[in-house]
Amino acid sequence: MSGVLNSVAALGALFLQFVSALGGFALLLAKILARTAAILRRPRLIAAQVHFLGNHSLAIILVAGLFVGLVLGLQGYYTLRRYGSEEALGVLVALSLVRELGPVIAALLFAGRAGTSLTAEIGLMKAGEQLSALETMAVDPIARVLGPRFFGGLIAVPLLAALFSAVGVIGGWLVGVALIGVDAGAFWSQMSDGVDFWNDIVNGVIKSAVFGWRLPMWLSCRVTNQNQRPMALHGQQP
Amino acid sequence: MQGRNLNLAVGAFVLLGLIALLFMALQVSNLGAMSNGPTYEVKAYFDNIGGLKPRAAVKSAGVVVGRVRQIQFDDQQYQALVLLDLDTRYKFPKDSSAKILTSGLLGDNYIGLEPGGDLENLKKLRSHQHDAIGGGT
Repeated sequence: MSGVLNSVAALGALFLQFVSALGGFALLLAKILARTAAILRRPRLIAAQVHFLGNHSLAIILVAGLFVGLVLGLQGYYTLRRYGSEEALGVLVALSLVRELGPVIAALLFAGRAGTSLTAEIGLMKAGEQLSALETMAVDPIARVLGPRFFGGLIAVPLLAALFSAVGVIGGWLVGVALIGVDAGAFWSQMSDGVDFWNDIVNGVIKSAVFGWRLPMWLSCRVTNQNQRPMALHGQQP
Repeated sequence: MQGRNLNLAVGAFVLLGLIALLFMALQVSNLGAMSNGPTYEVKAYFDNIGGLKPRAAVKSAGVVVGRVRQIQFDDQQYQALVLLDLDTRYKFPKDSSAKILTSGLLGDNYIGLEPGGDLENLKKLRSHQHDAIGGGT
């Protein structure tokens, strides 16, 4: 009986932990948004973060986008050919890239490339007590350290996702039109017929913007959370 | 110099992203092809609209002459009421008829307008009064 109670209590503790993490996330978001004016007053810091998060992710995003487009073009062609509608290849490639694959894969790659270095950077600042040092010098670490990363991600990820989708469409065109020989006119016209600017492209951009601010936020939230001591980074038990 | 290089790199990245967006807006989506010219509204009644959706094309002789604005149900006539935005460049006789057609095997539904023989044209009247096209399905 007590075993059952214990596991229910463990479940409860897990859930409470989850809720408090969510609350910490929301509080940090509110703090950053409250400091928007102070953060935007120093655009150089944001530009440096766009460079760090965006420019350095460019190569992997472009290569991955091109290859996703190539694969979509090839596999889509073989499936569509069975139904005699190879002309729909353009709309297939464009819709799957713009609506889903672009924002999601770009965000995943961004998490892998930029997220890891962000975690290491902020974690080291926390472990080296640089954040506390900033606070001692009356420099707000949220406005000085987290804010520019938040806005950097917000700017960089939609651009990366757009690049991913555009390069992917070109990849689909390379395989479908240049290599296999789908009619180029049908490829582009069906694409522009089937893809809506507001419903598909703008929604994709909004989606990737949400991914963009959430990732640096979540990481910094995990790392800077006062309840989670930085000792683990030294390899010690908290 | 360091700062200038950074600005240059970031500027190039942002520019590249905006070019990608522009490419998608103009080449991939239908933003460029959409004519935002003046339109006039016409009502059409159908017994069954099948899979017709708002923003579907209205074509006559295969040429896009308008878009479906809204689809409603008319509880006076128990029919589907479809509001069409037709391009003002194109005039149609008053007794034109509309059909719901399908493009290709798996394609979207669209409305085909067949011009009638009336000398008077369809036109938008004052509020709540539109010329109505009788439609089959």
